[in-house]
Amino acid sequence: MPSEQWTHPEPGDGPAAVAAQPSPEQVIAGLRATSEGGAELTQLLTPEGERVPSPQFDKYVDDIDAEALRGLYRDMVLVRRADREANAMQRQGQLGIWVPLLGQEAAQIGSGRALKANDMAFPSYREHGVAFTRGVDMKDLLGIFRCTDHSGWDYQRHGFHPYTIVIGNQVLNAAGYAMGQKFEGKVGDDDGEATIVYFGDGATSQGDVHEGFVWAAVYDAPLVFFCQNNQWAISEPTERQSRLPLYQRARGYGFPGIRVDGNDVLACLAVSRWALDECRHGNGPVLIEAFTYRMDAHTTTDDPTRYRLSDELEEWKLKDPIERVRAYLARGGYADQAFFDKIQDEADAFAADLREYTFNMPEPPPDRIFSNVYAEGNPVLEAQREEFLSYLDGFVSAGEH
Amino acid sequence: MSDLQKLTIGKALNLGLRRAMEEDPKVLIMGEDVGKLGGVFRITDGLQKDFGEQRVLDTPLAESGIIGTAVGLAVRGFRPVCEIQFEGFIFPGFDQISSQLAKLHYRTQGKIKMPVVIRVPFGGGIGAVEHHSESPESLFAHIPGLKVVSISNAVDAYWGIQQAIRSDDPVLFFEPKRLYHSGALRAEIDVAGTPAQVFSSQVVREGTTATVVAYGPSVKVALDAAAAAEDEGKSLEVIDLRTLSPLDLGPVFESVRKTGRLIALSEAPSESSLTSEIAARVQQECFYSLEAPVLRVTGFDTPYPPAKLEEHYLPDLDRVLHAVDRSLAW
Repeated sequence: MPSEQWTHPEPGDGPAAVAAQPSPEQVIAGLRATSEGGAELTQLLTPEGERVPSPQFDKYVDDIDAEALRGLYRDMVLVRRADREANAMQRQGQLGIWVPLLGQEAAQIGSGRALKANDMAFPSYREHGVAFTRGVDMKDLLGIFRCTDHSGWDYQRHGFHPYTIVIGNQVLNAAGYAMGQKFEGKVGDDDGEATIVYFGDGATSQGDVHEGFVWAAVYDAPLVFFCQNNQWAISEPTERQSRLPLYQRARGYGFPGIRVDGNDVLACLAVSRWALDECRHGNGPVLIEAFTYRMDAHTTTDDPTRYRLSDELEEWKLKDPIERVRAYLARGGYADQAFFDKIQDEADAFAADLREYTFNMPEPPPDRIFSNVYAEGNPVLEAQREEFLSYLDGFVSAGEH
Repeated sequence: MSDLQKLTIGKALNLGLRRAMEEDPKVLIMGEDVGKLGGVFRITDGLQKDFGEQRVLDTPLAESGIIGTAVGLAVRGFRPVCEIQFEGFIFPGFDQISSQLAKLHYRTQGKIKMPVVIRVPFGGGIGAVEHHSESPESLFAHIPGLKVVSISNAVDAYWGIQQAIRSDDPVLFFEPKRLYHSGALRAEIDVAGTPAQVFSSQVVREGTTATVVAYGPSVKVALDAAAAAEDEGKSLEVIDLRTLSPLDLGPVFESVRKTGRLIALSEAPSESSLTSEIAARVQQECFYSLEAPVLRVTGFDTPYPPAKLEEHYLPDLDRVLHAVDRSLAW
């Protein structure tokens, strides 16, 4: 059932309008992530690399000339290369786990590049690309996955909150932060601030995401909900989360929802700029559903061959977010082979640097276990630290004898 | 300049909140019905009228939402004070408390402070229906990164709520709901006085025969028992813990070294509770001073019973005296 065939019943339409809605089977068929995303999908660059005009959104990417587009291409290539390197390092035992972003580069780079310095982003745990756009050193991310740290960057300087592992928690935290921006009067004009929060299709089943929608709506918070619908929550498909295309949920909360081609960096940039702009001017919140695909596993502990067919992956490969930009740049004469080679070399060097850093990443001293549990200290914990250090010292002196 | 006022615990909390809000514009109050209604116990009475709807937020009805947004507001630099209507309703917010509120400072190596207070009316004795009379404080004391405190009198209520709000750590602030409006617990407080630090254990009655350690609503029970014991020629030392995490057991150790006997008193179920922790630590620190095993007087390891049975469930003066007798008989 292509979801564009049905419309919402309006007040006064009566029971017949409700009855005319599609059956659950039809809805599920429409939700299934084959490829299309429906006629409601906002797209500016087709998988073949052709520019599609959009009366509504073109103005949001007016400034994206060939050079800027080459920049977005570079972002995506670097991030993908880093992702592949990290995945490989996990396989070699150098990282405890890795959460691949393969396939989601456009959603992350497009939305991330739409942010301004004073905006705040609340990621889940797959937003390596967004982190990159916020100036977070990828090396600081790797500490999480090498298990030397929980979060290694300055959230305030980068406007990038720590990763949140518990599904959906960050959506409420972001709603609170955005309420704070509103309370401080930082909303209302072009210079307004906004917050963006990232979560997946699986998270939309969490109560916290629902509550985040409610809070942001009733307090008019300048918050963009950026749902990367990558079709799978580990092994559970989107239809296990919803009978409705996810972006349509926004209507139930009283704010706009939009579905964008999550593999189209230009469309993600444009739609995110529009949504953030709405928020800056006090018209938030907004829900964006970036319709995309997780081309790799959920994490390196996952085995997607157990739950999805290779046909699906093959179909999505044709919609690769990087290839369509490359095709557009090449076809339009905006970039030549030398450019693509240069970016590839840069990406390889970027990955090599990450690898070298990872291999030599210092391990924290044992007593860091006790550090920063409390801002104001805790005598019980201090006693434990002292006892533990003295215990460790015993081993050292035993070895010295 | 002083401003002496005779206050109940409830009024002391109200004035303490008011003073904290006056002193720091970043302090927010948020919760269900805290605005126009002044909270179901009226603790926030009048605050929205004076500070506006942006500083006293009547929130949607969802505890995870209250606490989860408070976390975000704290990241932004606010100091939210959340009210949970009744302790039995805190559990939808447990995830945000344990996963985010308690851990963000640690996770970021101190870069993010979490100055959030969660006020929780707790304990029985009000004849209420299910979920309105519980004592879940041990569950929170078990979570690293949280401070857990409980008050038992108006003086500590006034200064304690302000201390909690000033703290850069998240504080679970347990309030003995059945004592909120007790006229007998009115205390004279200089509300314009210099802020006092109250999160440490305190000997509230000196004695020599045995020590009773309690917190929150049980402190009054312990003091009543001590008064009754005096008629029997027994001298009970009573300690109000006030801080449940981190536990301040120094004064308890000192007291046990003097009396040789300890009764740990609480309304909460006994298994894996604060009284368990106290018993373990006291036997570890005061083994040679103990004349008898540490005894515990607690609620039973059952769900809170229907209120018609709560007089049997709640530790009372007689159960404390019975425990003292058992200790002395050792």
